[in-house]
Amino acid sequence: MNRVIAFLRFWYEFIVGDDWRVAAGVGVAIALTALLAGAGISSWWVIPLVVVGTVYASLRRATRS
Amino acid sequence: MTVNLFLFLAAFLACAVEMVEALTIVLAVGVTRGWRSTFFGVGTAVLALAVLIAALGPSISSLPIDVLRLVVGGLLLVFGLQWLRKAILRASGYKPLHDEDAIYAKERIEAERAGRDLRGGIDWYSFTLSFKGVFLEGLEVAFIVITFGTAHRNGVGLAAAAAGAAFVVVVGVGVLVRAPLSRVPENTLKFAVGLLLTTFGTFWGAEGAGTSWPGSDAALFGILGFYVLVSLAGVRLLRRERSQSARLREPRGAET
Repeated sequence: MNRVIAFLRFWYEFIVGDDWRVAAGVGVAIALTALLAGAGISSWWVIPLVVVGTVYASLRRATRS
Repeated sequence: MTVNLFLFLAAFLACAVEMVEALTIVLAVGVTRGWRSTFFGVGTAVLALAVLIAALGPSISSLPIDVLRLVVGGLLLVFGLQWLRKAILRASGYKPLHDEDAIYAKERIEAERAGRDLRGGIDWYSFTLSFKGVFLEGLEVAFIVITFGTAHRNGVGLAAAAAGAAFVVVVGVGVLVRAPLSRVPENTLKFAVGLLLTTFGTFWGAEGAGTSWPGSDAALFGILGFYVLVSLAGVRLLRRERSQSARLREPRGAET
């Protein structure tokens, strides 16, 4: 069991890294892009904007901790 | 052509940075404890990575192209942003810079102090350390080769060629100088890799989500330029804040 947890933790840390909120922000950005594109609205600008906002918030948290 | 060029550059830089880090560990262990078991560890790690790529590559590439780009774009974004976030923190002084000389010295001291664990003619300390160093650094290389390779036509060939070129350059120079490659501007390279991975992640992620970019492939320049400007502005802002808070912490008498 411990090995399974260690294995999963390794992959979590490898992919998600120090701040899970950045990964969550990426998920939200992609979902929003798909939602707008599905409604026929050009949505190429969504990911860059959400990404910048998410990273900015993450950097703020890192520098204040 | 634009995508191919960016793709090759991103894969080459990412692979070179990871190989420089792996080389430091391998050199420290090999020079301190001998090369036989160290090379055995390196060979086993390379084999394990090859098996991983062979197993994961075809199963991922069997997905439909839009789903593939969505998955690969999302993964590259998450991964690239990790690199970029750390690079911005390093460049602004909030995180210590990566120092290959210091890591090499630390690894050598630890390798000297560790006891001998000789079984079957193998020094298992050397084997484990070199295996771990190459496998963990190589995993990021494998990840990049798989994602680039599956999301873009000719991507496997390009990413593999970039990885091969990086291997030849890094190992070639490493053999010549027989020391860690501390003069490589590793922190700057990591910044560049973070920017390139984030750019590709944004490009493919948006396409996979069903939208198209103005200017098609040429949009890569725009995305990269946007992230470069925003990242440099972030570094500048954090540096200024850091120096301001350092000045505030100084005792008043120190100003006179």
